[in-house]
Amino acid sequence: MLIVLKMNSVGEDCTDLKREYDQCFNRWFAEKFLKEDRSGDPCTEMFKKYQHCVQKAIKEKNIPIDGVEFMGPNKEKPDS
Amino acid sequence: MVKYFSNDVDIRTTWDHVVSAFWQRYPNPFSTHVLTEDVVLREVTADQRLLSRRLLTKTNRMPRWAEFLFPSNLSRSVYIVEDSVVDPVTKSLTTYTWNLNHTTLMTVEERCVFQESEDRPAFTLLRREAWISSGVYGFSRPIQVQHRCSTEQHNRKYHSPRAAIGQASPRAAIGQASPRAAIGQASPRAAIGQASPRAAIGQASPRAAIGQAQTSYRTVLSPCMDSVHPGLK
Repeated sequence: MLIVLKMNSVGEDCTDLKREYDQCFNRWFAEKFLKEDRSGDPCTEMFKKYQHCVQKAIKEKNIPIDGVEFMGPNKEKPDS
Repeated sequence: MVKYFSNDVDIRTTWDHVVSAFWQRYPNPFSTHVLTEDVVLREVTADQRLLSRRLLTKTNRMPRWAEFLFPSNLSRSVYIVEDSVVDPVTKSLTTYTWNLNHTTLMTVEERCVFQESEDRPAFTLLRREAWISSGVYGFSRPIQVQHRCSTEQHNRKYHSPRAAIGQASPRAAIGQASPRAAIGQASPRAAIGQASPRAAIGQASPRAAIGQAQTSYRTVLSPCMDSVHPGLK
């Protein structure tokens, strides 16, 4: 019996959507993105559904991630 | 005051593999305190770079004396943000990770750059940097003492891909069951970590305090995305 361990989403109801999206993304990433194939992203719809769910959970749990600038703290660091 | 750490590692794995594994590094035997993982932002820029943001939640385990001193931190999970940029043209992955909450206790920021080696494409160079600060009296000394040990051990070593992508813990360096484990684990300790009561609060003799810290502290510099974890033995 093969036991596959997977991570949960912060939104309990979002875990299935997350795993479905992750699977799609991992395939696209390795087979398309890294090979610089821009023929389209098959995961967009899945991502939308997943995001709708997880953003709701983030708000419900008051996780202070909204408005946090992308790589914000990195701005004040010297380049490595 | 901010404490700075850095170290360089050569990973005997191609950059493509390293980056693909980056997305799949949880769960692994060393990340038992990472409870959840979510991608909350993802986009491909006009210049074909992939931006992502992952939100991680971790348990926050504090020793009893810390629970007493910081009751508001007691039951709340630690939220970690990991922002990353994948550039498939230059073959580089840059990640920046920091904790969103428990910041009055400690802030840990970590930057990692995974770069395909120019002269040896079968290798990936990893530079890790961390900035740690704590406003709590007594914490900064134990962190300083341990810092010397962990960075010296890991400069410019040719690790197996799994150990290299991994961490400072000797157990992890010896090898792991799964590639995912290699790329990421969190110290089994709390993200914000624990301190010996005497070291943290201060002691009669400074020498005793340093001694205590040396024997009691184990800083695990996480493999780029988890926080640095001062650990108590």
